[in-house]
Amino acid sequence: MASSGNLCLSGTGVTKVFGFGRHRTLAVDHVDFAFHEGEIISIVGESGSGKTTLAKMLLGLISVTEGEIYFQGKKRDISSGRKKKEYWRNIQAIFQDPFSAYNTFHKIDAVLLDCIKLRGGGGLPKEEKVRLMTEACSFVNLKYAELTNKYPFELSGGQMQRLMIARIFLLKPKILIADEPTSMIDACSRATILDYLMKLRDETGMTLIFITHDIGLAYYVSDTVYIMEHGRFVESGSADEVILHPKQPYTRRLISDVPKIYEEWDLSTV
Amino acid sequence: MARVMLEVRDLTTKYITRYKEDVYAVDHVSLKIEEGKTLGIAGESGCGKSTLALSLMGYYFPPLHYMSGEIIIDGQNITGMKPDDVRKSILGREIAYIPQAAMNALNPTRKVIDFIGDVVRAHDPTWTKKMIYDHARSLFERLGLPAEVLQKYPVELSGGMKQRTVIAVAVTLTPKVLIADEPSSALDVTSQKMVIKMLRDLMESGFIKAMIFITHELPLLYNVADDIMVMYAGQIVESASAKQAVFDPLHPYSKGLMGSIIVPESGLRNVKLVAIPGAPPNLKNPPPGCRFAERCKYVQAECKVTSVPLYEVGYNRAYRCILSETELRRAYEHGE
Repeated sequence: MASSGNLCLSGTGVTKVFGFGRHRTLAVDHVDFAFHEGEIISIVGESGSGKTTLAKMLLGLISVTEGEIYFQGKKRDISSGRKKKEYWRNIQAIFQDPFSAYNTFHKIDAVLLDCIKLRGGGGLPKEEKVRLMTEACSFVNLKYAELTNKYPFELSGGQMQRLMIARIFLLKPKILIADEPTSMIDACSRATILDYLMKLRDETGMTLIFITHDIGLAYYVSDTVYIMEHGRFVESGSADEVILHPKQPYTRRLISDVPKIYEEWDLSTV
Repeated sequence: MARVMLEVRDLTTKYITRYKEDVYAVDHVSLKIEEGKTLGIAGESGCGKSTLALSLMGYYFPPLHYMSGEIIIDGQNITGMKPDDVRKSILGREIAYIPQAAMNALNPTRKVIDFIGDVVRAHDPTWTKKMIYDHARSLFERLGLPAEVLQKYPVELSGGMKQRTVIAVAVTLTPKVLIADEPSSALDVTSQKMVIKMLRDLMESGFIKAMIFITHELPLLYNVADDIMVMYAGQIVESASAKQAVFDPLHPYSKGLMGSIIVPESGLRNVKLVAIPGAPPNLKNPPPGCRFAERCKYVQAECKVTSVPLYEVGYNRAYRCILSETELRRAYEHGE
């Protein structure tokens, strides 16, 4: 395990309630977690189990109804716009749909320049900026010279997702939340994307949080796995422990639902 | 010899782009499906899987154009039929298609029963509302779906339920062949299993006679299909039984695809994923030789100039590579 033991992001009793009265929905129900620096974490659950809501709360995109989130041991403070921006320098996300993640009217170098600005590199000379952008593109095996005058829609899904990783490479956040990063792209590009994300973790020592329903992916990448059901963590532990020796019936069912190649896939238990 | 439900001989179709360029997305594809069998088509995005599915139905509309080849569905040759005739007499009755984002096909302002009514009336306008409702109800009961769904709007249904509803609508007119194009790619594992179970039940009860299943998820394909066809850049590069395709692939591209499998099974955690470098060629002007040559580890000078035919090896097995079976096997052993 690559974690150095320092707490990076943790939470106690984090709860999110949508609506009230008759429409009250408990999306995330008093979850506790502790993510360490340099660790790869997967949060696995079915659709509607509250994974994405939790991710949005971690990112500070929606408010927390109850409970506290701690960033590097201190209480997270995102009460003002400036503090929020400061927080977002440390935490970034990759979303499921790369096609809708970009501003259609911005060319690709504008996308990357924004990242340099956010890091406080707005005053750098032009050559330095180009050097940084070229470096970021070559990290994910894209050619900056070919991309510079293009718009995002001219790229394929896999290329867009790689560009997203190039963005993260420029921003160098402490935490990266990847919300279903590979569910929209095909299995062949998936291996590439995962490899880049893991390389990024090895080089920068960031904490990677995967939000996914793909247990195969969770097993492949992560050090620690959290299984989520109806807004609660039902099981957590190291990947081998949780996925090969599940204790909870919910986890067992989830794993039995994945098509496998060496074991029989039992269709009768739906 | 079992009855052949769908036979395709040398089918070639092309797209004509805005700039009048020809893109041969399906290039001399032949296939045959026997009664009760499921054919799986694998390949990465942009290699012509979905275009092949569209072409199989014989229903062409610009920018897709028919070039050559024959399509025979259960003994009936539908080559050269007018698109309107195909739509009225073939689609839905002989062959049905579930597109990739099928669940978005439901009209959000109308109930599911109205949607079924539209499908049925398009083929036979004499059906009354009562007849449609009874038919839909018995169909849903047979497929294990709750009949309340019929009176609901699509927003009231979950993703998996919507997908199963769309499959039910697709088989309303009891087609012989069903083409499922990534029916479960947007669903989580549990809903995916339900969808697959439903398709399997349809096959087993003889409701549909044969199925084509398109996906890039190999573990899923392995569990669903009897035979697997691997497509690359509009061509078939390998066809084999599911077991052979997954455990003993011959073509370097299929070998590469198998390297990207992720499954939660013990011993497979630290297996290094082998991604195939590069991207498929642009089909506007495909390379003259083997289309995979640019990305192939075992490429030879000859590969880039001479086009490679599909070699048949044994029963039900073919691959498209200039290297012989033994040479390929030896190369794979040395490569690992």
